[in-house]
Amino acid sequence: MNKFSFVDCKTVDEALGQLNNGATVKAGGIDLLDLMKEGIVAPPKLVNIRNVDSLRGITVSKDGLHLGPLVTLSEIAAHPDIQRTYSGLSDAAGHAATPQVRNMATVGGNIMQRPRCWYFRSTDFDCRKKGTSDVCHALTGENQYHAVINNSTCAMVHPSSTAVPLLGMNATVELTSKRGKRTVAMSDFYVPPEKSLINETVVQPGELITGIFVPAPEPGTRSAYQKYGEKESFDWPIADAGIVLVMDGNRCRKAAVVMGVAAPTPIRSAAAEAVLTGKTIDEATARAAAKAAMQGATPLSQNGYKTQLFQTAIYRTVLLAAGQMQRDPSAIG
Amino acid sequence: MADAPKMEFSRRGFLKGAGITAASTVIESANALARDAKDGLSGPQAVGPDAIPIKLRINGQEHAVTVEPRYTLAQTLRDNLEMTGTKVVCDRGSCSACTVWIDKTPALACMTLAVDAVGREITTIEGLSHGETMHPVQAAFVKHDAMQCGFCTPGMVMSCAALLERNPNPKLSDVKHAVSGNLCRCGTYPKVFAATLDAAQQRGQIADLVTLNTGTERYDGA
Ligand SMILES: Cc1cc2nc3c(=O)[nH]c(=O)nc-3n(C[C@H](O)[C@H](O)[C@H](O)COP(=O)(O)OP(=O)(O)OC[C@H]3O[C@@H](n4cnc5c(N)ncnc54)[C@H](O)[C@@H]3O)c2cc1C
Ligand code: SF4
Ligand code: FES
Ligand code: FES
Repeated sequence: MNKFSFVDCKTVDEALGQLNNGATVKAGGIDLLDLMKEGIVAPPKLVNIRNVDSLRGITVSKDGLHLGPLVTLSEIAAHPDIQRTYSGLSDAAGHAATPQVRNMATVGGNIMQRPRCWYFRSTDFDCRKKGTSDVCHALTGENQYHAVINNSTCAMVHPSSTAVPLLGMNATVELTSKRGKRTVAMSDFYVPPEKSLINETVVQPGELITGIFVPAPEPGTRSAYQKYGEKESFDWPIADAGIVLVMDGNRCRKAAVVMGVAAPTPIRSAAAEAVLTGKTIDEATARAAAKAAMQGATPLSQNGYKTQLFQTAIYRTVLLAAGQMQRDPSAIG
Repeated sequence: MADAPKMEFSRRGFLKGAGITAASTVIESANALARDAKDGLSGPQAVGPDAIPIKLRINGQEHAVTVEPRYTLAQTLRDNLEMTGTKVVCDRGSCSACTVWIDKTPALACMTLAVDAVGREITTIEGLSHGETMHPVQAAFVKHDAMQCGFCTPGMVMSCAALLERNPNPKLSDVKHAVSGNLCRCGTYPKVFAATLDAAQQRGQIADLVTLNTGTERYDGA
């Protein structure tokens, strides 16, 4: 790890005052220290926000759910109101990484973690995203975990488990800088590589995530999240699905179908949502939605299996959300 | 979180508690000065990049140590404080060999900066036993032969002991969940499960041996 100076802040203003000249925000530190140990980033100064009390806390009101960015994944997973009303979110937080990581990892850091691609995460490779070469090694090399959708520019994936339900639940992110506050919808939060290879999110240097808000669900809303991977635990997702259904009896009035590591950013499938909307949810509609989600996928040489895995994930998670299937024992976390 | 651990960094608190309370360090006093001056002047002071003296509260005792901000808690424990019970295997957060408790919550010492552990209650494997008397989970690991190479064992014990702290009557599925991040490449899991369930049964009788650091209750409730 590079040498750096460290400044412990107690307030948002203190932290904003320190965010200059390449200084980097540190929350739980799980992704940041990993990147620093690998030599991928080498910030001269870490601005520790972990002790900023105003950035903690879960508040549930009739308007919705407010999460301070420092809320840990464990805290989200264990919160009874989130389990009840936003179950897709508690599922996602509770099945990410390991118990120890969940105790340390913050939700702000979770949605801000850098993408996964082993070429990106190794200093041995130059690549298009790093701006050090024109090549994307994933397109011709080892790509079994890479994206199967929107993967022609850069086939990295964003592994945030919590971003999947947050996107499906129409969450918004509050960003604060010295210039003031702005609110960004989760649907606008991530920047795909075809728009920018440098910015992965809309968060600008000097900006801090100061809150995440999930609007209260409409009556009849049910949600679920399941994650599939190679190992039973402590593994990254290879396919994960977040489903939000607004139900009228067994008829689906509205649907959000979100896929985690299918594309370089978490994405919704409008095609799958169209299949579900207005229909009775049963095995056939769930299967049709799953198939629609993968229509137009462009798998690489080694990841064609992911298109099948996503269909399984979506099919089973739609039925789980609708209350027609138990949690899949082969889902991991 | 309302129940999250609090670091008391006020200068008055520092002066009052100097030498007695956990939180007394250079970082802290620098911050305290900044904070006292807050109505007027500067913000918090950066420390490093060179080594700085800090104090860490480990197993109920304060330890003074001089480290660079880039030192992890695992490195600091092992290299500076010669507390080598905490193991480092992957050094990347993916095996949990380095599990310690921070404010009684299982956490990874390899992904925690030592400077960021100031003011917190750190419990390591060395803090579980009392002299020659093993913690019930340790004793059960010996009884059930729940280790082979032993490299994952301290982290495994810390995870299982934390489970018993928050759930004295765990089921098998609870134990599996508690060690779901602890990687054992020797495959001792069945014996780890048996040992932990056994320790839970034994523990009622010897609970008073397990006097752990006071701190805010805060566990992975998942
Ligand atoms: C073995 C293992 C398995 C894992 N599996 C999963 C998984 O299945 N699903 C999953 O989602 N994740 C997984 N992770 C990743 C882990 O969850 C993330 O690294 C973690 O959530 C990051 O949060 P943090 O608080 O530690 O962030 P940090 O490392 O502190 O920060 C990450 C980034 O976010 C920025 N940042 C943090 N907070 C803010 C803020 N408030 N405002 C602006 N910028 C900010 C930092 O500058 C940094 O660039 C896994 C990690 C490991 C080690
Ligand atoms: S997928 Fe993206 S990050 Fe990975 S090698 Fe290709 S361009 Fe680089
Ligand atoms: S050594 Fe810390 S998690 Fe592996
Ligand atoms: S006993 Fe060898 S790794 Fe667990």
